[in-house]
Formats: sequence, structure tokens, C-alpha cells
Amino acid sequence: MSASLDIRLKRANKVYHEGEVLAGVVAIVSKEAVQHQGITLTMEGIVNLQLSSKSVGVFEAFYNSVKPIQLITSNIEVVKQGKVPGGKTEIPFEFPLHTKGNKVLYETYHGVFVNIQYTLRCDMKRSLLAKDLSKTCEFMVHCLPQKAKLQPTPVDFTITPETLQNVRERSLLPKFLIRGHLDATNCVITKPLTGELVVESSDVAIKSIELQLVRVETCGCAEGYARDATEIQNIQIAEGDVCHSLPIPIYMVFPRLFTCPTLETINFKVEFEVNVVIVLHDEHLITENFPLKLCRA
Amino acid sequence: MAAVQWHSRARRYESELQSCGLEVAPVEFSDYHPLKSITVTDSKSRRGARKGSTSSSSSSSSSVAPDPLSSMLDGTDPLSMFAAASASESPPTLSQSRKRREKEDEVGVDFEPWSSKRGEILARFTTTEKLSINLFMGSEKGKAPSLASSAVSEKVRTRLEELDDLEEGSQRELLNLSQQDYVNRIEELNQSLKEAWASDQKVKALKIVIQCSKLLSDTAVIQFYPSKFVLITDILDTFGRLVYERIWSMCSDPRPLPDSFTADEVNDTAKETCLNWFFKIASIRELIPRLYVEVALLKCNRFLTKCGIQETVPRLTAMIRGIGDPLVAVYARAYLCRIGMEVAPHLKDSLNKNFFDLLGTFRQIHGDSVQNQLVLQRVEIPVYLTLYSPAIHWILQCVSYRAPEDYINCAEIWVEFTCRHFTKREVNTVLSDIIKHMTPDRAFEDAYPQLQSVIRKILTYFHDFSVLFSMERFLPFMDMFQKDSVRVGVCLSIMDVFIKHQQEPTRDPVILNALLHVCKTMHDSVNALTLEDEKRSLALLINGFIRMVSFGRDFEQQLSFCVEARATFCNLEPVLVQLIHTVNQLAMETRRVMRGSHSRKTAAFVRACAAYSFITIPSLTSIFSRLNLYLLSGQVALANQCLSQADAFLKAAVSVLPEVPRSISIEGKLRSSEGFLLDFINNFLSALLVVPDHPEAGVLFLVRGLLNMVQDYTWEDNSDAKVHVYISALPLLAAMSQESYLYSIPKVDSNETLYGGDPKFLAEINKLCETLIGQVLDHLKTLGRDESIHRQGSLAFSLFGCLLAHGDLRNNKLNQLAVNLWNLSHKQGYCNTRTSVRTLEFIKHQAQQPDMVHLSDVLHRLTLQSRT
Repeated sequence: MSASLDIRLKRANKVYHEGEVLAGVVAIVSKEAVQHQGITLTMEGIVNLQLSSKSVGVFEAFYNSVKPIQLITSNIEVVKQGKVPGGKTEIPFEFPLHTKGNKVLYETYHGVFVNIQYTLRCDMKRSLLAKDLSKTCEFMVHCLPQKAKLQPTPVDFTITPETLQNVRERSLLPKFLIRGHLDATNCVITKPLTGELVVESSDVAIKSIELQLVRVETCGCAEGYARDATEIQNIQIAEGDVCHSLPIPIYMVFPRLFTCPTLETINFKVEFEVNVVIVLHDEHLITENFPLKLCRA
Repeated sequence: MAAVQWHSRARRYESELQSCGLEVAPVEFSDYHPLKSITVTDSKSRRGARKGSTSSSSSSSSSVAPDPLSSMLDGTDPLSMFAAASASESPPTLSQSRKRREKEDEVGVDFEPWSSKRGEILARFTTTEKLSINLFMGSEKGKAPSLASSAVSEKVRTRLEELDDLEEGSQRELLNLSQQDYVNRIEELNQSLKEAWASDQKVKALKIVIQCSKLLSDTAVIQFYPSKFVLITDILDTFGRLVYERIWSMCSDPRPLPDSFTADEVNDTAKETCLNWFFKIASIRELIPRLYVEVALLKCNRFLTKCGIQETVPRLTAMIRGIGDPLVAVYARAYLCRIGMEVAPHLKDSLNKNFFDLLGTFRQIHGDSVQNQLVLQRVEIPVYLTLYSPAIHWILQCVSYRAPEDYINCAEIWVEFTCRHFTKREVNTVLSDIIKHMTPDRAFEDAYPQLQSVIRKILTYFHDFSVLFSMERFLPFMDMFQKDSVRVGVCLSIMDVFIKHQQEPTRDPVILNALLHVCKTMHDSVNALTLEDEKRSLALLINGFIRMVSFGRDFEQQLSFCVEARATFCNLEPVLVQLIHTVNQLAMETRRVMRGSHSRKTAAFVRACAAYSFITIPSLTSIFSRLNLYLLSGQVALANQCLSQADAFLKAAVSVLPEVPRSISIEGKLRSSEGFLLDFINNFLSALLVVPDHPEAGVLFLVRGLLNMVQDYTWEDNSDAKVHVYISALPLLAAMSQESYLYSIPKVDSNETLYGGDPKFLAEINKLCETLIGQVLDHLKTLGRDESIHRQGSLAFSLFGCLLAHGDLRNNKLNQLAVNLWNLSHKQGYCNTRTSVRTLEFIKHQAQQPDMVHLSDVLHRLTLQSRT
């Protein structure tokens, strides 16, 4: 079996927007000529919803809703039944990225319970004696930029023992005063989350300050749903007993694929939050939560 | 022919003057006068014609006529002007600006490289304690899922899993390592990094680098930390280079990127790969590895955007604030500064910011965390502090690199602002600040153009040299110009301004001292290689200075200044000439002040002046300068009643005569000296009329001496010059035989008084005249034999003219001689008919004078030979 099949997209970053054309080549490499019964390309966009084990029970009633949601599917024949000569053959193709009806192409997103994925599959059908060849490649869909101009909304915060909730014994807490701000909580996904944090004072030495990016995925509908928050990444911005009164930058890049513009549909939601986590030397963990709204601009 | 007898014609100079004097017409101020300063109104139309002229003084209409020679200094010569224009005004061409940029983009050889520091640190910070390496090779699993980002990640993801499998829980803690073991282990990691990269295991390579960087957050065995930093940053450097080269190689199709590429020239695939790296790094959990790895890849920002590096460095600088341990932080800063200097040395702001942040967090050293650690590790504070020195030293080296250059560029601008709006006090402050900044490490050596510009700007605004030199720091500032050519250039510009703007002569000791120093610098720059032109312009400037020095009535001070100046400027002949003129002028000024009657004191002073000139003149190499100055100084001495001095000067002149070469170099061309020599001798002869004979020397001692020299001089072959001198001497001798002389010097008795018309004296004169005429006639004879009839005619006519004007033609022999000469000169018809006609008319006119009737008789015997 010497023939190999490959899909090469023109765009190096494989990012496409609705209405654009996926262009590329199907590359066939073979020593001898290859007889085939047609080469086809299939484009597919699917939302996969998964249930977390802890919410399976609740979800049984809505089992239907976890069926994959198809966003786009289309199929074209690239080459009719025939023969591909030996050597390297490149067959160019163009595939318009259009939805049918009022379907929306959500942005590519790889989560835990929600996955939005677009693939392009190439199939080469062959005679009964030879195995069919197939190759799949993922491409990325980005939403079109939002039209409305985004006004950054800075958020100031002050963290002291008094501002904390969920404290078992407030009197056991060491004294500390941490101030800071986020430049915006409605963030452009391509721009980093920025801000500053100042440890004004702390009785106990700081061990670490981290930014925890959290995804909140909700599956279900009005009657019932499962909401799960899981960590995407944790970025340490301070290590050790940092200098007091000195502003420390808050800076985090939103990872590609694992984040997408905040998404809310009938069947599922994908939202993001950031936790500013301060770990004290005595292992006290102080967390301040900020919901984010991500968008593309 | 020796039978010729000479009789001088008696002269009545005054009546002669009246009869032949021209009518005096008053000259209107607005009329043309050759000595008036030139005023050009239509300067525009002139300009075209004057192209290439070195002088721009034509438009000067100032009432104070400056030395016309110094006006040459008004304009720079055209070549320098072009040079200056191309240096300053021409807009930088593309290649120039690119060059400039490239220069900024690279650190010069004057920057001590890290490689030379490395070894030093490793040798200095050692330990005998046991070290440990903690490697959690699988620890990134699950925490950085984005490592497996992008669609290409299928393969990568599989590999990642393999890796994880391989090293699952393989937290390897290597304990009890000796320092050498530790070094070896790090080297092994370096090797495995290279191997991983070579076998296309990029993720593994990144993991190794992350794990290594993590070791830098560990300050156990703190005294080894600097060395650990060196070892681990080596690995980071390797990694940074590998990634950069990999992405760079992706752009080599169709041809490799130039070194100065921009992001626009990078293809999408390479950009995407680069972007992937940055996304991977951005998701590294821990601060210190994330920081170090991003710094290591700083240069890769060039592939993405033009200003990527510029935006990243400040962010990374701020990021270091998150590092609590001050020692870890300072080394992180050192690394950032190091890579920053390699990649973008022009980003000074960030270097400075690192330094200031370092200062701002220095108090951390005395914080509990550090103190506890030191107690735990039993390390004393002084030992601990030495651990900082390599990092701080490095940061300072980066910060101070080319800092003087930046400083001087600003200062150059500031000084103009200060000059324009403030007083000398503030300018002095700026100067002192510049000195302070540019003196360490001889930084001024690299900033001569800017420093020169500072001087130029100050000179533009400060024309009052007493103010200028009263700035305390002005001369110390000048001391920074230690390269000779630059120093002289600055001195030239100072003198140039001085000559242009100094209106009044000065005696201000501050100015004099300073300018003497400046001029001395200029003078001392003269060496065997100096061009004549340069010497001339230097001398012009120094002369301009000397002319502006005046001590008023304090003549002695003035003379001692000239003495000092002579010692200082001995290598520039035009300056010595100027000094002699100045001293002569001083003597004449003294005479004027004393109204011609010297006191004992002033008499001594003028003798001192004469002595000055007398000993200065022999040092001149130009023979005619010497001759003319001897004569001039002799006249001055005579005017000041210094008879023996005058004698000495004139004798010296006579004795120098034989040295006059037959040809001299004038403006680079060899020319016959004869014309100059004749001019000088004629001038000399006319001066001799008033020089009294020395009582101990014979009658007409100087005249005889001169004529002897003339006789012995080796004249050009076929030259009539000697005979011309003889003919010229006749009028002098005739004038000497008058009862009262044509001119005399007040308070000096000339021969007229000394001899009082003594017949012996007159006889002596006549004898001399007869000898001279005899010589001339002999010469005329020799000319007759050759094909030199023309010369014979004109010489004969000259002698005839002389006899007519100065001889007493009532004497028959003289009368006959004159007629013969006339005939001789007309024999060949070479004479100028017009001159002959006019001569005859003159004789006719003279014959009408009461005691000149005999001339009409002569007239009858003179026939005009007409060629028609």
C-alpha cells in the first residue's frame, strides 16, 4: 500500500470565517498510478456535548439534548472515478463555508463537556480489492468580529479578611490588604487579560499569586441543566514573598482552542471566569472571582 | 670715457613742486576712492561671477574697515563648505539611515560580552555543599493542555502522551550531587535538549528547558546560585537559538532572509509556528520558567511584528516584580538585560526600568523571608550580598552602555536652549554637567562632533569674549578635545568668531590668557606635514588676534606681550612678521605720543623695540621679508633718532643682499627675483638720502657698500639690472649734493648738515657719479657689439633722462654726453617716438625757466629721427 492521501489548506493558521472559502489541495503521493472510484471531500461542523459523571443522573430525562448538534455538513466530489498517475498529484479544491437556514457557525472550542469542532475529510473510494483511503483535518472557525465597539470596563478590587466569603473562622485569618484592578472584564479574546495587583500589606508571607482561568460549561435547557466549572490554565504571576506596595502586572494570554467568545445557545453555554488566587505561606488560599465576557473584535 | 665729469644740477625742490603739482581737488566722501571700503549694492548679480571665490566680504559696508586680508576668514573655503554641508544638511539617504539603524540594533565591540563574564562567575561562586536537582518531567501534564494546541497537534499530542508515559511520575530527585556532578548533570540536560531538538521532539525540548528554568527558583545552597544561573542560562541560550534558527530556516525559500529582515518578509507558516511557540510559553504555569523561556525566545518576536520586541521587553521587566526572592529577581533582570542588549540595545528605557525596579525592591533583602533563609543556610549578610554583584554589575554595564552618547545628544540640544534664553551662569552649569558626564572612561572621545557642536552653539550666542572666558568651565570643557585635529578645529572656530566680532582692541587678561592658549594650540599643531594653506590660515587668525591686543599707553606691557608671542608662535613666519610690524608700530606710536622728543625712558624703550626687531628678523626664511623689514625697521629706528640701530639695520640689509637667490618661489611657482630686488634697491636708495654717514666709517659708506654688493652680485646672464641700479643711484647722489635736501627726519641731522655742502664731500659724490656713468657707458658699448641694440637704445635713453633731470647740462661734457646718448638711443629707431616727442616738449618747457636757458641750446642739437 504505497499511496498516501493528505489535505493541505492554503492558510497556515487554518482559521476561516463564515462566508469564506476553504481553499487547498488534496495531495496524493504514490509510486504507481492509483485506480479509484472517486475522491470526495466532506466538511462537517459538530457540537459535542458530554455529561459529567456527577450530573448524569439529572440528565437522563433530557438525554436527547446531548446528541451532537450538527452545524454544517457538505460534500463534494473532487475527482470522478478514474486513475491518478504515479508520483505526486495535487488536486486543488475550494469549499465555500456557508450554513443552511438560520444555523450559526459557533467558534471552534475544545472544552471538557462542550466541544465545537470543524473537520474536513477526504475519502478515496477504491475497488473491492484495495482499502479505501481517508484523511481528516481539523480547521478552525472564528466568529466574525462584533460590530459594537467594546468599551473596556475596568474593575477595581480590594481583598482583606473582611471582604472574604466562605470563611470558617475569620479570626484565625492573618491580616492582609491586597488591592488591584483588571483593565477590563469584557475581553477581546486575542488580547491578553491585563491589570495590576499590589500587596499593600500582609502579616504572613505570600507564597504565590496565580491567575486561574476557568471555563463554565452548561448543558441543558430551561427545564434543567448541568453546570460545570473546570480549570483551563493556571498562570502564576507572583512567586514568593513579593515586595509590598509594588504593583505586579496581571497578564494572561487566552489560549487558542480552549477559549472562545462567550457563547450562549438554547442547548448549551460556554462562559469564562478568572480567579485571582493568593496562596499564603501558611497555605491559606484566598480567591477572588471575576466573570469574564470574551468576544472577538 | 672716464673723462666724464659729473655736476649735479642745483634743485629748488619747493618751487619745482609748486610748478608741477597737480591741482588739489577735494574728494567727496561718496566718490570712488581705492582705499575706501568696498560697498557692493548689487550683490546678487555679482554672486554668479564670484562663484568659487573664497571671499564673501564684498558685501561688507561697515565703516570699520577690518584688515582686508582677514576678510578671507569671513567665509569658509568652498571645499570645507561642501564638506560641512554634506555632513550636516543633506538629508540622510536610505542607506545612511539604515546604517544608523543597524548600528543601533547591534551592540558594538565596546560592550564587554557575556562570554567573558561567564567564566569569571563560575570560578568565583563555588560550593562544597551537596546540591540536588529536582526534575518533574511529567508535571506539566494536564496543567498545560494548551501545549497540545492547534490542529497540527495530533502528532504532537501522541508524542506528548508517550513522553508522559515514559516519565510518568518520574520525578527524579538527584540528591547529594557535588558541584562537578551538578555541572555535569546540567550539561547532560543541555545535550539531551539538543538531541531532542535534532530528533524533532520539540515538546520534549521545551520541557527540558522549562524544568531547567525552574531550578532557578530554588535558592538552596545560595552561594552557588550565580553559577547555577550561568549554567542554566546557557541552556536557555541554546534553546533560544534553536527556535530562532528553526523559524528562520522556514523562511529560506526562495532565498534566505536578510539579517535585517522585517516581519513582512516572513511567510505565514513561519509566523504560525512562531505564534505557536509563544502560545505554548504563555501557558507555562510557573512564573520563573515562563519568564526565562519567553526571554530566551525574545528575538523570535521579530518574525511576528515590527514592534514586538519593543512591547515585550517592558512587559517582561514588569513581570519580574512578581518574583519575591530578591536574588532570583536580580538574576532574572540580568538575563533580561543581557538578551535585551543582544536583541534590541536601543531599548534603553527598559534597561533603566530594570535598574530602578532593582533599587525599588532592594529593601527585600532585609525582609524576613531572606533573613530566615540566610539563618537556615548559615550564610552571613556580607557573603550574601556578594552574590548580587555579578548581576548588578551586568545590569549597570547594560544601562551605562552608550549612555554618554544619549546624554550628549540631549545636552547638545539643551545648550542651545540655555544659550538663547539664559545667562552665562546657566550655560556654565550645563558645561560643567557635560564635563561631569563625559569625563569618566574618556567618554568624550566618542562625542567629538557633539562637543564641537556645543562650542559652535555657544559661540553663536556669546560674542563677548570677556563673558565667554569668564565661564569657569569653558576652558576645562576645551580640555576634553584631546584629539589634535579636533582641538585645532575648535580653536580655529573660536578665533574665527573672535576676529569677526571683537570690535575693540582688548587688554583683558582673561581673554588674552585664554586666546593665547587657544592660539598656541593652533600653532603647536603645525608640523612638517602641515600644508602651506593651513599654515597661512592659522597665521591669519593668530595675526588677527595679535592686532586686537592693545595695552593702551602701557607700551612696555605691549612689548613684553610681543616677546611672549614671539616665543609662542615661532614656527609661523607670517606671525613673526606681524609681530615685527606691531613692534615697529609701537615705536612710532611712542614717538607720536612724545611728539618726536624722546625722554630718556622712551628713548630706551624705542631702542628696545629696535632690538626686538633686529633679533627677530634673522629668523625669517623669506629673504625679501628680511630685506624689507630691515629697511622698514631701519627707517623706524631713524625716525626715533636711534642712529646706530638704524645703521645696523641698513648694514644688515646690505649684507643680506648677496644671499638673494636668482629665482624665488611665489605661490608655488619659481620666478625670477630680479624685479623684486630692483624694487627693493630703489626703495633702499631713497631711504639712504636721510641716513647720516657714520662718523667712523667713510663718506657715503652705505651707498658705496650697496653699490659694491650690486657689483658683486651674480645677476642673471644678459641682464641690464646692474646698470639699472647704477642709473638709479645717480638721482640719489644728485639729491645728496643739494644744499638742502628733499626730505629729512626731524631731529636727525642728515649729511646736508653734517657736511654743510663741503666741496670735498661734493667732489666725492661727483667722483662716484662719474664712476657709475663710466660703468654704464662701458655696458652700453658691450651691448653695441651684440644683437642687443634695442636694449642699448633704451638704456641710453634712461641715462639721458637721468642726466637731463639731475645733471647740470651747462657743463659741456655732460651736455655733449647727453646729446650723444640721445643720438645713440635714436640711432636704431627702436625708441618710442611718443616718449621722445614728450621729452622734447619737456625740455622746451624747462628751457623757459630763468636759469635753464642753456637747455634750448641742447634742444637744437637733439634731432627727432622720424621713421616716416
